[in-house]
Amino acid sequence: MCLAIPMRLLEHDGQSGIVEIGGARREVMLTLTPDARINDYLIVHAGYALEILDEDEAERTLALLREIEKYGS
Amino acid sequence: MKALSRFRDADTVHHIATEIRRLALDRPVRFMEVCGGHTAVIYRSALTDLLPEEVQLLSGPGCPVCVTGNDFIDQAVALAELPEITIATFGDLVRVPGSTRSLTDVRACGCDIQVFYSPMDALTWALKHPDRTVVFLGLGFETTACTLAATLAECVRSEIHNFRFLSSLKTMPPALRALLSSQKVAIDGFILPGHVITVTGLEVFQFIAREFSIPSVVSGFEPSDLMEALLMLCRQIKQDHAEVENQYRRVVRYTGNPQAQALIEKMFEPCDMQWRGFGAIPLSGLKLRPQFSCWDAENIPVEVEPTREHPGCRCGEVLCGIIHPSECTLFGSVCTPETPLGACMVSAEGACAAVYHFAPLSEKV
Repeated sequence: MCLAIPMRLLEHDGQSGIVEIGGARREVMLTLTPDARINDYLIVHAGYALEILDEDEAERTLALLREIEKYGS
Repeated sequence: MKALSRFRDADTVHHIATEIRRLALDRPVRFMEVCGGHTAVIYRSALTDLLPEEVQLLSGPGCPVCVTGNDFIDQAVALAELPEITIATFGDLVRVPGSTRSLTDVRACGCDIQVFYSPMDALTWALKHPDRTVVFLGLGFETTACTLAATLAECVRSEIHNFRFLSSLKTMPPALRALLSSQKVAIDGFILPGHVITVTGLEVFQFIAREFSIPSVVSGFEPSDLMEALLMLCRQIKQDHAEVENQYRRVVRYTGNPQAQALIEKMFEPCDMQWRGFGAIPLSGLKLRPQFSCWDAENIPVEVEPTREHPGCRCGEVLCGIIHPSECTLFGSVCTPETPLGACMVSAEGACAAVYHFAPLSEKV
């Protein structure tokens, strides 16, 4: 129920925009993420963007996971 | 973003699991996840198979459809039978059995039940159908509450009066407090719900460490997110330490989403709420503020049948982590995803459905 997926913002029209994932597009409300910009990955739940995905943090987490892999092997 | 698929990499998940085994905890621990999305990923990705014997996982009250009592379904069914009403709902609610009928049953009898992905889509539908009174079934936790608050704020601003809201919105911190205070089940750590906390922020969950000295980790929803969250919990246990850590840093900010919190605060006020398995938990629900009462579907007069629960159904105990789904005698025999008797078997996020679909045979008997 709290399923939310990262979708890329393609168009921005003030309160709403168009997001895309794997070729599928739909309208998204940007009421909760007024700072969203084109090409941001938004965490979309029930037609609303809940948050802007921080790509640098995603890379940092992946780097941390790679450290665990190195340590484990 | 290609990087996101790397959170599903099987080798990465295996390496983190190896690291958990390497920690070699000297006592058995039980970690509870309190989000239906986490339940589904854990079973679908068979993460439990990779964990050492001493690490056990429990499902808690994390599926909103599952924790909602029959009385809410009964009220929705009764409203659906009024000729002028269209029920608008998220999809996973329509098959949940009420005391005698589900929304699917009454739709088969001609009632107007419409499924929407977004509450905003339902509001748009209401605008196009001024002859109908649309009742949106507001079910969910904070994640969903903010989207409903935003839709209702738009509804109020645009003075749309054929859209009503029936609330069974719930908030997670009071439920976790009730669970810990009841001492019905021993919990050594929580995997906290990433998308609830995207909205609320971490502060409202600090009591878990401060008052109950139990470790917890906010987790994302990919297999390596959950495995890393489990590793972080095990490390806290190993260090005899309890804090609220954030594994889902790419999305969750410490303070949450202030716009979402402000909209929830503007439209809703806390109320006591019934949770399946728990009974009434003080101030664990959200209802429309009195100034918005003309949009509240509670004010539509309707006769609701007396609430009954299925006598053999043990969903309540499953939701508190007291029993594993397979310990219910109905599980997999008369209660299956095709013919569900309890809510936990209906929703794709319910613990019973997840175990039925994905768990190894040894967990199903």
